[in-house]
Order: sequence, then structure tokens, then C-alpha cells
Amino acid sequence: MADGPLVGIVLVSHSGPVAEAVAALATGLAGGGNTAPVAAAGGTADGGLGTSAELISAAASRVDGGAGVAVLTDLGSAVLTVKALIAEGDELPDGTRLVDAPFVEGAVAAVVSASAGADLASVEAAATEAYTYRKV
Amino acid sequence: MLDALFFRRWLTATAAVVDREAERLTELDSPIGDADHGSNLQRGFRAVAAVLEKEVPDTPGAVLTLAGRQLISTVGGASGPLYGTLLRRTGKDLGDAPEVGPTRFAEALRSGVDAVAALGGAAPGDKTMLDALIPGVDALDGPSGSFGAAREAALHGALATTPLQARKGRASYLGERSIGHQDPGAASSALLFEALAETAESTETPESTETAESTDGSRG
Repeated sequence: MADGPLVGIVLVSHSGPVAEAVAALATGLAGGGNTAPVAAAGGTADGGLGTSAELISAAASRVDGGAGVAVLTDLGSAVLTVKALIAEGDELPDGTRLVDAPFVEGAVAAVVSASAGADLASVEAAATEAYTYRKV
Repeated sequence: MLDALFFRRWLTATAAVVDREAERLTELDSPIGDADHGSNLQRGFRAVAAVLEKEVPDTPGAVLTLAGRQLISTVGGASGPLYGTLLRRTGKDLGDAPEVGPTRFAEALRSGVDAVAALGGAAPGDKTMLDALIPGVDALDGPSGSFGAAREAALHGALATTPLQARKGRASYLGERSIGHQDPGAASSALLFEALAETAESTETPESTETAESTDGSRG
């Protein structure tokens, strides 16, 4: 099922470097082959800490290949901004979904499963499942 | 009746009040937040005022949805999507009506406040902007409601957040240490009602008694 377009992943953090680093980590762990498109949307447009609706919209357009876009977020305004953009209706590609998942672990699960050709619902399930992995 | 011009004046007045109070909002946000509430809102409402100078939407609903969208795009913190949703949902509820009565506006504002509660998952008493928005809209709604009463109620609600323990947002991580500080979001929400009352009062000039009647809730 890896012939069609892959689900795109957008990583939204309060911090540009955090979003970039998690994107690199998840892409690196997804291994070789055809990796799903991943875009980081961290911090504000001027490089500060916060959330930028513009960066999120641009990132979602970049990774949208028609198979849907899974958005993972860290805290507060990142979550609220994505929810508000989805409620807006026309700010994000059709089939964009906010995924309820831990940021780092969920990003790895999402990118690995999307790269294997999973559909949006399966990518979401894989990322959400990362919550159930207890460390202690 | 309240027309598009009234709502543009309200939002321009909000931008001015936020400018005036930005330092105080950021001071309130220092002990329990990340010390950017004033500057974030200032950036957002300046952008709202700027877009309302450039574009001139001709209905109350269009003014509010445009402003809401601008806040979501420019604020950068949680107050952006929250205030953006408040204005946008209120605007959408008003639809295409060229003018609205105060009662109709209060109903629409309540749907905006409900949307804020749903977005943030907060309830009254959680030490958030809802603790000013809900008493404000309660005071506006109903036959004896007025913009002046709403200003008082929202301000009172904001001051009453001081002894509360935060249960939402960045301040909630502080637990009991959030007690004793006024919530900055509730403080800025009170400013929206302050600007609303100022706008209504400046509309009630002696030569326009018709407008004065409509803003005290006798019509609509």
C-alpha cells in the first residue's frame, strides 16, 4: 500500500529548534527508503518562543500529498492554535487532523507508520498509542 | 442598533486600552505565566486595528470574524486562538445582519464565550479569562443588561481570580503558588468589556438619542 501518496506529518512546538530536532529524530528513526514528508513549525515567525499560525499553515501545505496530514503539538498555545485553525475550516488542507499524542514518542510513531504507507487513521492510532508505553 | 462601525470602534478602542495596559498585563503574567501577555495582545490588537483601517467590512459579523482571524495569526501565545475564537464565533453567530440589537449581540457573545470554554477545556473558577468573560456576558444578557454593568461585572470577575488556584494553562503548573495573583487573561478580558462600555458611552451623544436608546437594551 506504499504506492500512493504518504500521510504528511507536521510537528508544532513552542520552540523552532525543538520542532526541527524532533523532525530530524523521527525521520532518522524511520530508516531508509521512502520517508513520509515531515515539516517542523516551531516558534514564532521571528524565531521567538510561541506559536505561529502562518508557519503551521505553510508546513501543512508543504507535506500535504492528498493522503491527509497528521499534526502533533507540544503545549498550550500550540494545541489551541491548531484547534482554532481546524475550526476555521479553510486554513489547513482537507484531511488535516490534530493527533492526541506525546510529542517526541508520537512523532516517531507517526513518521515510521506513515513512511510504511499507513493511512491517516492508522498513523493517528500509532501516535496515540505512544501514550500507553510506560517508562517505569 | 449596533452597526459595523460600532464594532470597528469597539475593536479600535480595545487596541488603545490594551496599548495603555500592556505593561500591567505583562506584570500580572510575570509571577504565574511567561511574562508576555501584554506584548502578545498588543501585537494582536494593533494588527486588528491595522487591518480594520485597510479593509472595511460592512456587517458586524464580518468585522468580528476578520478581527478574530487576525488575532489567531498574530498573537503567538494561547491568548491568540482564545480571543480569536471568541470574536470569530461571535461574528459567525451574528451572520450577515447589517445591524444588531444589544440583546442579539449578547446572545452571540455568549456563543463566543462557550466556544472559548470548549477550546481551552476550562470551567468557571479555573482562574482563566472565562472568570471575567462569563460574568461580563451574564451582565450584558437579559432585559436590564447594559454595557456599563458588563464592564463592572467583568472587572469584578477578574479581580476575584486573585485567591483562586489555577487549573488551566501555564499557571496551573505552579499549583498553590498561583494563589494570590490576578489572572492576566481575566484582566485582559475585563479590558474588552471596558472598551465596549467606552464605545457605547461615546456613541450615546445628545444628538443621537436613537442610538442611546438602543444601546441601553430598550430595543433589539
